[in-house]
Amino acid sequence: MKGPRREPNVIPGFGITLGFTTFFLCAIVLIPLAALVLKAGGMEWERFVGVITSPRALASYRLSFGASLLAASMNMIFGFAIAWTLVRYDFPGRKIIDALIDMPFALPTAVSGIALTAVFAGNGWIGQYLEPLGIQVAYTWIGITVALTLIGMPFVVRTVQPAIQEVQRDLEDAAETLGAGRFYVFRRIIVPTVLPALLTGFTLAFARAVGEYGSVIFIAGNMPMKTEITPLLIYIKLEEFDYVGAAALGVVMLSISFAMLLAINLLQVWGRKRMMVSR
Amino acid sequence: MAGPSSYAELAAELASRPGQTNLRSTLIRWLLITVSLVFLGALLAAPLFAVFATALSKGWQAYFQSFVDPDTQAAIRLTLITAAVVVPLNTVFGITAAWCIAKFEFRGKSILITLIDLPLAVSPIVSGLIYVLLFGLNGWFGAWLQEHEISIVYALPGIILATMFVTFPYVARELIPLMQQLGNDEEEAAITLGAGGWFTFFRVTLPRIRWGLVYGVILCNARAMGEFGAVSVVSGNIRGLTTTMPLHIEILYNEYNFVGAFAVASLLSMLAVVTLIIKTLVERSGYRRR
Repeated sequence: MKGPRREPNVIPGFGITLGFTTFFLCAIVLIPLAALVLKAGGMEWERFVGVITSPRALASYRLSFGASLLAASMNMIFGFAIAWTLVRYDFPGRKIIDALIDMPFALPTAVSGIALTAVFAGNGWIGQYLEPLGIQVAYTWIGITVALTLIGMPFVVRTVQPAIQEVQRDLEDAAETLGAGRFYVFRRIIVPTVLPALLTGFTLAFARAVGEYGSVIFIAGNMPMKTEITPLLIYIKLEEFDYVGAAALGVVMLSISFAMLLAINLLQVWGRKRMMVSR
Repeated sequence: MAGPSSYAELAAELASRPGQTNLRSTLIRWLLITVSLVFLGALLAAPLFAVFATALSKGWQAYFQSFVDPDTQAAIRLTLITAAVVVPLNTVFGITAAWCIAKFEFRGKSILITLIDLPLAVSPIVSGLIYVLLFGLNGWFGAWLQEHEISIVYALPGIILATMFVTFPYVARELIPLMQQLGNDEEEAAITLGAGGWFTFFRVTLPRIRWGLVYGVILCNARAMGEFGAVSVVSGNIRGLTTTMPLHIEILYNEYNFVGAFAVASLLSMLAVVTLIIKTLVERSGYRRR
């Protein structure tokens, strides 16, 4: 807590650490990002709009957004179930499962990409049972969604876990004593407590999924207009030495990142306020 | 009020009381555990096992043979060099940033924290793209670099820069909340008693933040060794020269050399498993992420 008047700080190193931090931040992050924005800003407006609204780009947004939304929603449902299971129930192997949740953070995306393709391809361990049912996962939008679900999963589980721990069990018990059904308790006590965390996890998973590249391209098939995600389109533009076109699409992606960052911050402020009121 | 007339009714009434387990709650419990395990099994465990199963599908000899390939060895070397440069630099940055943010009050602090976290929100492809636009042939410094025969893009410096960008916040975001919570009292006491700044850092601060530091460093290292998208953009994929391990996996995979691709992938999977083990041990020591 900041007092009205601060004591003079005796700790040394303010100038040098702030200087180094700012310098490093500018050199690695800010100046390169500015280069992107200026490159796209140097385009004529009509050309910029033409690039970012070309049919191929629009198809890629539809796929990237659609698959990311679907993956984040899947994560919201299954992530809640997993977080609930890990917090409330004790079963053999719980600690190992808990540690395994962070696997997608530690596993390189290229590895999860080829591994998922191997498992979900027509002759893969899981794919061979889905293929006869008419469900082709690898090289379709379903495969893209599966890959995006994998990389987004820990974001939801890790934000929801502490929130479930916050749910006051005596409140649940009291409600049940007063005759509330299990579903009523879930709807009126558990959901309101967990909701901010659940939405934050959803947004984090979505933000990560929209920009994801490595785990997707192996399982995607990468057909223009059909299974081509936006980051891949940027990559292709670069390979064709269309730097300006790549920069234009890059600015679109960057704007989405900023919007997501803003949404996450607002959600966290909202969640903290709710927590304050409920105490 | 009529009491329960038999033991069976008494048991039924006891079971229906809140906090007691009954058939329905047991069913829900096992349903949730099963759903979680099936979901994680299909999405996490099966791919992880598939990596090792495919790598060993032609036997141990073929597996080890994959590492004899000089291009594979070059890729492993490049990955190690990149991590050896990037991780220490980002660690020093993380400590410095955490020191200035946690120990002092100044205007614009929250903006600084947000900007440090920024790379986490940026797509890996965009992270690579920005360096191509800066140092590529048509980039801001492209002409100057070519005149002086310095190559950054499609060479080691570009790979290092792109990796630094994506792993930039890892150590800092672990240390900032930790040091903010620990407060300044002990450092102030040490300084007041005549200790120097470096002495205070190594003897007072470092022992208290060491678990957070280990945590940040291992996650930074895992990401640095495994980064694919950003490095892919700046590397130019020159086989045996600018391919890190993840990029080399892609090359082998596209050549249908599955044993080779999954053999390299198995090394990175082992790295991931070791990272998770260290992480779990750090958490056992009582360290909690903030």
